[in-house]
Amino acid sequence: MTVNPFNDLDYALFFAIVLVALFVGFIAYLWRKPKTMEDIQEWGLGGRRFGTVVVWFLLGGDLYTAYTLIAVPGLASSSGALAMFAITYGIMIYPIVYATMPRLYNVSKKRGYITSSDYVKDRFDSRLLAMLIGLTGVAAELPYIALQIVSISYVLRAMFLPATVTLIFAFALVAIFTFVSGLRGPALTAILKDAIIWVAVIAIVIYIPYKLGGFQPIFADASKYFAASGSSSSTPLFESPTLGLGYTTLALGSALALFLYPHGVTGTLGSKDTKTIKRNASLLPLYNILLLMVAVLGIAAVVVHNGVFSPSTSSFAIPYLIRDEFPTLFTSFAYAAIVVGSVVPASIMAIASANLLTRNVYLEYINPNASSKTQSWLSRILVLVVIAASLAFSLIKVASGDIVFLQTLGGAIVLQTLPAIYISLYTRKMSKYTVGLGWLAGISAVIYGQYIINFSGKAFMTGAYDFIYVGIFGLLVNLLVILIIHGISLGLGKVKDEGLIDNQEFVIDQ
Amino acid sequence: MKLTMLMNSILKFILLVLPYAFMVLGFGIYDRATPYLGGMPFFYWYQILWIFLAAILTSTVYFIESRESKGKVSA
Repeated sequence: MTVNPFNDLDYALFFAIVLVALFVGFIAYLWRKPKTMEDIQEWGLGGRRFGTVVVWFLLGGDLYTAYTLIAVPGLASSSGALAMFAITYGIMIYPIVYATMPRLYNVSKKRGYITSSDYVKDRFDSRLLAMLIGLTGVAAELPYIALQIVSISYVLRAMFLPATVTLIFAFALVAIFTFVSGLRGPALTAILKDAIIWVAVIAIVIYIPYKLGGFQPIFADASKYFAASGSSSSTPLFESPTLGLGYTTLALGSALALFLYPHGVTGTLGSKDTKTIKRNASLLPLYNILLLMVAVLGIAAVVVHNGVFSPSTSSFAIPYLIRDEFPTLFTSFAYAAIVVGSVVPASIMAIASANLLTRNVYLEYINPNASSKTQSWLSRILVLVVIAASLAFSLIKVASGDIVFLQTLGGAIVLQTLPAIYISLYTRKMSKYTVGLGWLAGISAVIYGQYIINFSGKAFMTGAYDFIYVGIFGLLVNLLVILIIHGISLGLGKVKDEGLIDNQEFVIDQ
Repeated sequence: MKLTMLMNSILKFILLVLPYAFMVLGFGIYDRATPYLGGMPFFYWYQILWIFLAAILTSTVYFIESRESKGKVSA
């Protein structure tokens, strides 16, 4: 273990930045305090007023979490080119956003939906299906939130804070932040968060390749270390068709999953109009450039570290790289940026989940006449429950390895809601039974997929399954069941227009 | 008018599907180290190229759609 290079000033700066972010969230709450707390449109979506620039930050900011800053470069530092699936995934996000989100936006604005479960409820005229889809989304958020919390604890450990308390500290940070600021100030905090991260990331992605003499020596040296480690996925590539299937299905599955997460919809539905969404879907791919540079930093970390990281230490790759190459004061700043960049998304995810539980479970099934005061208090308590539940995921096996697999686990779960949310935007013919049984089969297939890899939480299915991503495997089973049942209903002449939403409502631009 | 709308829909569909075709089915194209560009293996800079191509493709769809809606307003 190296000697602690951080002095009191460094620690002071670190905690000051984290506190400022917390404070801004609190101020945003006071500043944008809506006149009536009753209006859920105001509370949940900022009144659907956000223009191109704010939506750019809200949607783009979804990409800049601990996932990008710690997990993906971490995977690069332990497995090389495999980590680039995140870039391939980034490239494939926006065409699907372009094809689906404007339609969902139109109908949501017309009918006042806040969550995608609200939409599912009317589209299939089924409260039960809406609840199942909602709960699936919440379950998928848990490992994703866990990823953020685990990342914070890794950064705190890299700052020489005692390892035993860091996880509790990280949890407390997310909980307090969420409880205090709520969703009322996400735009302001998200912009502050992005500003800090941009400064830190740009400084790092320019300085590190410069310091190491450009990309040529980085890749050349890293290849030697990867070759020495005997890793099959040596930089830069696999050259193995089996892993190729894993790589491509993981990238595709992640891309399809991103906007199925409950928190993914929030930024979209908060937009001013569909033009805002479309413009952003056209330009947001450019964000991926920085994403790619950060992933390459994971390769650079191998060079600076003089060796390949093991999966259990890979989350330290970026914190160590920064600590080794920068003055301690900048390191504190960058660490604070990563922590804020993990706290904010974790809190947005937790709130999106709590909202869903309140609206689509509690209000729908338990107490339809709950006052708005009750709702708002329940949401606050549920936020803490969700964050606590996510901690369970930080204890599973995969959380101590390459933590990127926490996110891919969430993706595998949420992918099973794709027929109910995406496909239903284009056809009214699927019944709630068809989609519900497809969902059941898909979720079972994901659990089976985890079973054959001993519930390690990893993304790839071994054996005869050729390393296919468990989420895509589940989705294929899901779609197959839907096709079969739909075919049978067709044969029985039972296929008709389902639900309450007319197809026209998807295209009318308001 | 109907025909051009149909043609446009097909064109838009193709433009939006292209990235998936090249990233998923085209894995064999970029699963390689050479040629290098600025010290970066092909595997990496092919992705950079596609970041820009994907932005151009979706922007083209946006462009087609805004022309369509302009046509609707004038008609």
